[in-house]
Amino acid sequence: MEKYGVYVPKLIKPKNNFAPGHRACTGCGEALAMRMAFKALGNNVIVANATGCMEIVASQLPQTSWHLPWIHTLFENTAAVASGIESGYKAMKRKGVAVPENTKVVAVGGDGGTLDIGLQALSGAMERGHDFTYICFDNEAYMNTGIQRSSATPFGAVTTTSPAGKKSFGQFAWKKNMPAIAVAHNIPYVATATHSHPFDLMEKVKRAVDTPGPAYVHILSVCPTGWRSATNTVIKQARMAVETGMFPLYEVIDGRYRMSLDLPKLKPVREYLKMQGRFRHLSDDIIAQIQARVELEYQKLLEKAKDGRKAVRRKSYPGIAETPVR
Amino acid sequence: MATRIGVEVSIALADAVAMANPDVVAAYPITPQTHIVEHLAELVANGELDAEYIPVESEHSAMSACLGSAATGARTFTATASQGLALMNEVVYVAAPMRLPIVMAVANRALSAPLSIWCDHSDMMSVRDTGWIQIIAENGQEAVDNIICAFRIAEDRNVLLPVMLHLDGFNLTHVIEPIMLPEKSFVDKFLPSNKYPLPLNPDRPVAMGDFAPPVIFTEAKWAHDMALKSSLKTIKAIWDEYGKAVGRHYSGVEKYHSDGAKTILATMGSMGETASVAVDELRAEGHDVGQVRIRLWRPFPFEELIEAVEDADVLVVLDRSISFGGPGGPVASEVKSALYNLEKRPRVVGFVGGLGGRDITVSGFKDMVMKGIEIARTGSGNRYEIYGVRE
Repeated sequence: MEKYGVYVPKLIKPKNNFAPGHRACTGCGEALAMRMAFKALGNNVIVANATGCMEIVASQLPQTSWHLPWIHTLFENTAAVASGIESGYKAMKRKGVAVPENTKVVAVGGDGGTLDIGLQALSGAMERGHDFTYICFDNEAYMNTGIQRSSATPFGAVTTTSPAGKKSFGQFAWKKNMPAIAVAHNIPYVATATHSHPFDLMEKVKRAVDTPGPAYVHILSVCPTGWRSATNTVIKQARMAVETGMFPLYEVIDGRYRMSLDLPKLKPVREYLKMQGRFRHLSDDIIAQIQARVELEYQKLLEKAKDGRKAVRRKSYPGIAETPVR
Repeated sequence: MATRIGVEVSIALADAVAMANPDVVAAYPITPQTHIVEHLAELVANGELDAEYIPVESEHSAMSACLGSAATGARTFTATASQGLALMNEVVYVAAPMRLPIVMAVANRALSAPLSIWCDHSDMMSVRDTGWIQIIAENGQEAVDNIICAFRIAEDRNVLLPVMLHLDGFNLTHVIEPIMLPEKSFVDKFLPSNKYPLPLNPDRPVAMGDFAPPVIFTEAKWAHDMALKSSLKTIKAIWDEYGKAVGRHYSGVEKYHSDGAKTILATMGSMGETASVAVDELRAEGHDVGQVRIRLWRPFPFEELIEAVEDADVLVVLDRSISFGGPGGPVASEVKSALYNLEKRPRVVGFVGGLGGRDITVSGFKDMVMKGIEIARTGSGNRYEIYGVRE
């Protein structure tokens, strides 16, 4: 983003804790977002990973892409596993067992593992107030099993279980508003991010982890394989998602919404939709419906963010050294 | 010196868990496990137990939180029953091959439908092949002693497997029994702090739960099977050590007048005591009857069982659950497979009874034994019989 200038990338440590050599598809936006997120978080992190693309591509006995302590158990229970890790550390520390100080617990899952099958475990963990961060890498369908629709799949998109046909225009439901569900748990920090805005992403993830209590970060991750789009436009697609209002970037700090970008005018959603094969079948009528809905939701969001400009900011974000505080 | 006190078994069990000083207890309430976790929550609330009590939103998350906690090296306990165990089934399968030394008490209860809150063993049989160590108590004292042994067994470097302690719902959990709780000083000595070899620790990163391609999966299962089978030796050694210290001795199979007996009744769980009274009466009436009680369900104590029953003519086995459309009860199946390769073996007669809390009285057991002898003699009858069906 403009305000960082050209020198900021040089301040970011080159070390990747989510290392190359994994088996993600060409142009995978999720692997890119994962790499950025864990670059920002440093070494003092324990990762609980849900079953999904990122688990499968990065771990195959006897290899791993992770330079961090990492655990995968199941699909829907990752937030609960993170609760256990956090509680185990808390109890052992209190009882004088030698464990590393300030260890952060980060749970990661895809949209299926978060919005669908893992929602209960996540809700429970947020409600109980564990000190952990949950990052949802949202590629808008069950990509690992072969592009089936999830509750994060956008209206009108074609997946293998929401195909377009004579009587169907694809996904029939609107994308579930997971960040709002997280906000409804009254947790101290919620944010949306995507990999077209890397410093914003890294800053938000870092801020989430530094926030005591539960934090939730929802990261849109472009999946060229599942979205039927060109691998060389992955960054551009994410940027268009932001600039058309399909995926607005914002933070919710202690319940107060704050937009991350000032967009005087949204680009037409058609600009975003036309980049992806999953929307190719859409009629003008459906596109108009999407346009109207996106504008409505964006207005609602701006309304919520009206008082949020003065949202309390936390001061330092050590993973990204000397980041200018706005 | 430990004194004998009259106390509800669930309360005594929770007190014994507290003596083991767990770091994390994650549990979801379900009848008839509730008194155990309620008492633990109370001990934590009163500062008598320094632990994190995670009041999870489901049993699935209870076991999941236990995975996370045990993976950090924290001593971890949970308890459940019936539907709760069924809901967490997926996670129960994960704990053992990941070698996470979780201890879980299961207040045995029937599985729905129809809904029943009362005891049978269908829940514990549903997790038979999850690769956990499964110990089943016959009375409250056994439950208390074995929950302490369970932590020691689970965390032993030569074992590192999760342990389930089964105690029959209501028949044990809700009765007041005279129980000797061991001295805290003894437990502290008997149960050293948990030294999990490779915990999740940023100073020494490990990857846990990678997926296995076909070229590794078989070996992983083989290793798990070897670990479970070879845990038998350690379990026995720990029981011996405990027995020497407290004077209460445990074994995989307990014998009661079974040496030289022509007919042996095999039971598992709380009904064993009623069955023992029946055995006493039958012996007084001149019948040559003994009893074996199976205490260790996994790893199955094949050698001990064979040694205990091989010279008998008839072995009557009571199961408190049923494998529908199959060979009858799972205990009888297991016993049959244990004996199959012997040159001379007793004839095994299986009964299924005590389902969903149905009682079997002393005269019921006597009737069952006599019936079993008759079936064995005439060679007639079905593969198994559901005992006490009201037609």
